[in-house]
Amino acid sequence: MATVEYEGNTFNVDEDGFIDSFDGWTKEWVQYVKLQEGIDELNEEHWMVINVLQDYYKKNGIAPMVRILSKLTKFKLKHIYELFPSGPGKGACKMAGLPKPTGCV
Amino acid sequence: MVDIPKPEELIKKTDTPLPSKRWENIPADLSPGKFCYPTKQKSLEYLDLPTPGREWSPADEEWPLPENWQEIIHEGFKERLEKYRSLKVFMDICVRCGACADKCHFFIGTGDPKNMPVVRAELLRSIYRNDFTTAGKILGKIAGARKLTPAVIKEWFSYFYQCTECRRCSVFCPYGIDTAEITMMARELLTLVGLNINWILEPAANCFRTGNHLGIQPHAFKEMIDFYCDDIEEVTGIRIDPSFNRKGAEILFITPSGDYFADPGIYTMMGYLLLFEHIGLDYTLSTYASEGGNFGLFTSADMVKRLNAKMYIEAKRLGVKWILGGECGHMWRVIHQYMDTLNGPADFLEAPVSPITGTKFENAASTKMVHIMEFTADLIKHDKLKIDPSRNDNKVVTFHDGCNPSRGMGLLEEPRYVIKNVCNNFYEMPENTIREQTFCCGSGAGLNTEEIMELRMRGGLPRANAVKYVHDKFGVNLLACICAIDRASLPPLMNYWVPDVGVTGVHELVGNALVMDGEIERTSDLRFEPLNDETPEGNKGEADE
Repeated sequence: MATVEYEGNTFNVDEDGFIDSFDGWTKEWVQYVKLQEGIDELNEEHWMVINVLQDYYKKNGIAPMVRILSKLTKFKLKHIYELFPSGPGKGACKMAGLPKPTGCV
Repeated sequence: MVDIPKPEELIKKTDTPLPSKRWENIPADLSPGKFCYPTKQKSLEYLDLPTPGREWSPADEEWPLPENWQEIIHEGFKERLEKYRSLKVFMDICVRCGACADKCHFFIGTGDPKNMPVVRAELLRSIYRNDFTTAGKILGKIAGARKLTPAVIKEWFSYFYQCTECRRCSVFCPYGIDTAEITMMARELLTLVGLNINWILEPAANCFRTGNHLGIQPHAFKEMIDFYCDDIEEVTGIRIDPSFNRKGAEILFITPSGDYFADPGIYTMMGYLLLFEHIGLDYTLSTYASEGGNFGLFTSADMVKRLNAKMYIEAKRLGVKWILGGECGHMWRVIHQYMDTLNGPADFLEAPVSPITGTKFENAASTKMVHIMEFTADLIKHDKLKIDPSRNDNKVVTFHDGCNPSRGMGLLEEPRYVIKNVCNNFYEMPENTIREQTFCCGSGAGLNTEEIMELRMRGGLPRANAVKYVHDKFGVNLLACICAIDRASLPPLMNYWVPDVGVTGVHELVGNALVMDGEIERTSDLRFEPLNDETPEGNKGEADE
């Protein structure tokens, strides 16, 4: 498995650079993905999306459907894209340490 | 993830001249972006499948083959030739006439001769000749035989995961060779030595673990359905309260998990819920059998059987009379062509009869499973639905026949009949691209994964091209389909090639048109888009990722 070194932390990542296990998530990971994503500064809204994603994941073992994410954060999908240019999956879920969903999606 | 070229660049690369070397002498291209990621160890272990014992990438020079891999493949091949007479016939009878050669969407989109179905089959057939025929054993290369080497395994992995098992080639084969079954056999053999792809086997493992491919647990499943019921109430004023795992219900309804997780499938789910409410159907949803799809089909017969059995075990446990299945594609290839001999006949259920019209579904007398398109077409035929098709007037619709419902079960008229009754604007794509000649979405059979996006856009080009034709000619802005893989894979395909065309399930259109008793005046469709919006539908950036 590939690893990523960032500010003294080592993260195991999959082929697409997602963290291999939610247990390995730390706040430094967020800073690392932030650089990859080209986001200048994380504001409260970014953190709200990350927190909602993580809470949902802890409860349900999967990432929320986009519309549920939108409902829980009260952000329109368009706004989520503004916050995370790669989108809720590749941007926000990656930053929050969630795996990608597989199947008919 | 490898970036893919822009459409105008990619289109120029599809007209590749044939290589000057013979196909046997060209190694498979397994550079990044050209292969699907291998299955993660944890999913293989979960499914009790052979594991390679270490992490690996198809781009690696050395693949993690077990020490006796040639023996495993040989014995596995032998066992399957004895078990499936069809495989032996398909290996023997091809005369290499080439009728199939240009019928494959991957050949059209890549220009790679190994994507001609005849050559794809030849990858396996050459080993068959070498190992199992006298001519091949004696004459070797002259008889089209070749030895099984690691390069052949790499080639199999590359090209049998560049086939969507769509069976368009089989329609044109004068011998009726089912090339999908050749791909299935090759994938089985690869699985025996631990080689397969994560996009297929993680869903299969999830399906055993939580009931569905996406790994949605029972409480989350219920929460999602409740969420759609909230949306339905907002649009229609009608509150629907479906039951879960309810013993004694007349009908068990099973649909692919994409219908309750992914855009735009979720609107199709709302359509089902509205329809069942409209007719007062006595049905239940199951959190155990919460998956209509069967990614086992893309791995092995054994895995198909294990996943398919869940539906019937649940139907038996709940004591329902029969099973109604949602808009899914490959699910119906399994039900229609394999279920009966794998797990059937399902004698503990009753031959399906529509409780609303009294129609007996003779075609499902043995499997006890009815496709929702047959069910709804029958309702409309008997005038049991109150429909206002004008609510879909801002939608100019064409229909994509899913490979499996069309070629796998002959479901050609029902979806068209339903669409024409719930929509006023319907146009067919050219005749050699629909019905039994339909072109694949380019992402079926477990290939709807992002790491091969360029291949998917190439494979989907013939389908997209036909959509573009009706878009340009008739102003089509919506592509309807009855398959969850289609609903997942056609939006990116349309965004890439025909960006003004959106994607919908047929029951989303039904849900929009249904006039419910006691409903409020509808001002928006199920996507909360205004009913009389004249602007084209488009994909509106709703699809995840």
